[in-house]
Amino acid sequence: MKLKDRKRVLREMVLARRFEERCYQAYIERKIGGFLHLYPGQEACCYGVMEAARPGFDYVITGYRDHVHAIKCGADPKAVMAELYGKETGCSKGRGGSMHIFDVAHRFMGGYALVGGPFPLAAGMAKAIQMKGGDEIAICFLGDSANNQGTFHETMNMAALWNLPVLFVCENNLYGIGTALHRSTAVVDQYKRVCAYGIESDVCDGQDIEVVLEHAHKAVEYVRSRQGPYFLELKTYRFRGHSMSDSRGYRTREEEEQWKQRDPINILRDRMIAEDKYTMAEFEALEKEIDHYIEHEVIKFAEESPDPKVEELTKYVLAD
Amino acid sequence: MAEIMYWEAIRRAHDEEMARDPMVICMGEDIGVAGGTYKATKGLYEKYGPLRVIDTPISENGYTGLGIGASFLGVKPIIEIMSVNFAWLAMDQIFNSAAKVRYMSGGQLSAPVVIRAAGGAAHQLGAQHSARMEKVFMGVAGLRVVTPSNPKQAYGLLKSAVRSPDPVYINEHELMYNMKGEVPDEEYFHPLEGSEVTRPGTDVTLFGYNISVHWCLKAAEILAKQYNISAEVVDLYALAPLDREGIRKSVAKTHKAVIAEEDEAPCGVGSEVMAIINEECFWELDAPPVRVHSALVPQPYAHNLEKATIPDHEDVVKAVLKLFGKA
Repeated sequence: MKLKDRKRVLREMVLARRFEERCYQAYIERKIGGFLHLYPGQEACCYGVMEAARPGFDYVITGYRDHVHAIKCGADPKAVMAELYGKETGCSKGRGGSMHIFDVAHRFMGGYALVGGPFPLAAGMAKAIQMKGGDEIAICFLGDSANNQGTFHETMNMAALWNLPVLFVCENNLYGIGTALHRSTAVVDQYKRVCAYGIESDVCDGQDIEVVLEHAHKAVEYVRSRQGPYFLELKTYRFRGHSMSDSRGYRTREEEEQWKQRDPINILRDRMIAEDKYTMAEFEALEKEIDHYIEHEVIKFAEESPDPKVEELTKYVLAD
Repeated sequence: MAEIMYWEAIRRAHDEEMARDPMVICMGEDIGVAGGTYKATKGLYEKYGPLRVIDTPISENGYTGLGIGASFLGVKPIIEIMSVNFAWLAMDQIFNSAAKVRYMSGGQLSAPVVIRAAGGAAHQLGAQHSARMEKVFMGVAGLRVVTPSNPKQAYGLLKSAVRSPDPVYINEHELMYNMKGEVPDEEYFHPLEGSEVTRPGTDVTLFGYNISVHWCLKAAEILAKQYNISAEVVDLYALAPLDREGIRKSVAKTHKAVIAEEDEAPCGVGSEVMAIINEECFWELDAPPVRVHSALVPQPYAHNLEKATIPDHEDVVKAVLKLFGKA
């Protein structure tokens, strides 16, 4: 990546990280309710793939760990935080919550809370793109365990059969909630599982954004040039638990520590520093600036925004 | 006004809507090359091609979800589920995606799909091919549920469903595809809400929908001829939302009500209509309403057992006579 792009994407990833860490704090303070699935550790997956794609142009859909994908597509972090606070100014008007972030204007087509649910929806969007004849692609980000749902197999079959322009990104973080992949899944290498449907696939490190980007370029190009659907597996790790009520008894602190040595933000930062193109002081200033932005703009906006009106409880059930 | 069959009416609605709008597609098992199990899409594959008339794999949840995803971007899929029993497999996508996406996105996104399914007890199809599931669909926020009782409704409801901005579930009946009836020659859109007084009367209201409307009509005939009872038949072609005002109006006129449904009683159309009567017009009643419904058993195969399970017009007559203290 060019230095300019490296710096920009580092900044974006730091924003994503600090945003999520601030959500954690707000949850502890009971400002955020419900379930909260945080993204730290996996940033290079979303940012690497979307750097290769066209955010705001390509249609993106994902599961419930969705805040960062929305932001990368163009959602305003203020509107995402307001959604988590259950406010009318939230990007889903306070009707969705953490697991249902939407920003259709930026073609972020939503976070869905049924594991594997977005597979056919993504293929359907690809079908629509195919009919309309545009240059867009559909991108579906899901975790490894979604691949054990029937929707995975049903969708891979149809996507291949009808040559749909959809890229499936498997963020393999090694655990389905609290069950290790090898304890739930007969074939641990996820990219191999689509071979049964004749779908082109690839696998790479999901912690190094420049590695992800290289593989994602190939994947995106393949789908955009209408050669068919594509499945990209990224090996990654979530630093926090599955959701907030997770004591992480299913994995060791040693394993967590090993993965933290491969923090996607640090990998990019340290590479730039090693190449004498960046300094630790710059990074510290960046973090400080972003924390300031989150506190004084993002959180402030969410705090000060109005609740949805109870009189509008049934608005959006059906069309007006 | 031509007399055509129920399946022909559905086919005509498909054809007109697909000719009008290239974004209207239809999808389902055996609907293309094979022409559709009930012929509802006969000839469309030849006319519109495989990209718009899609023979799907036998993957109900998958292809229903695919249709829903396509609808996000302006495609208008008419999804046929060959038998409503198979719709159980697609419930995840129908309920979790189609019905909820408008709400949980704060109105940004919607899934205006049309889902047609053939239900009902046909001839000895057994436990897993005889379900009536309308009561499951009608209890879910974000879905419209309609159920045509004749070819005119089958045509007009599908036309309106295709134009609707909401997801619409259309409940058809396996025994009704060959029923004949008059359908306007000109384009016709049936409202997706409301109810119809199919036969006016003064002494009792018989509420029915889909096939049970025909039991009610036949029962009304017998009641008039043999017992001098004037029964009003109300066709609840819209099950979600139910026509509370239509229900109230008829009961306020006749002061007695019988609700006939092919489905089992618990949490069903009958339960819901009774609850509405309670809420809207309890003091208009001269007698407690009566439900006519199937037995609560997995549909048996044996002919005599199946007959004992599913009600018919005679059960409606009996229910009315009971209401009048004549049985």
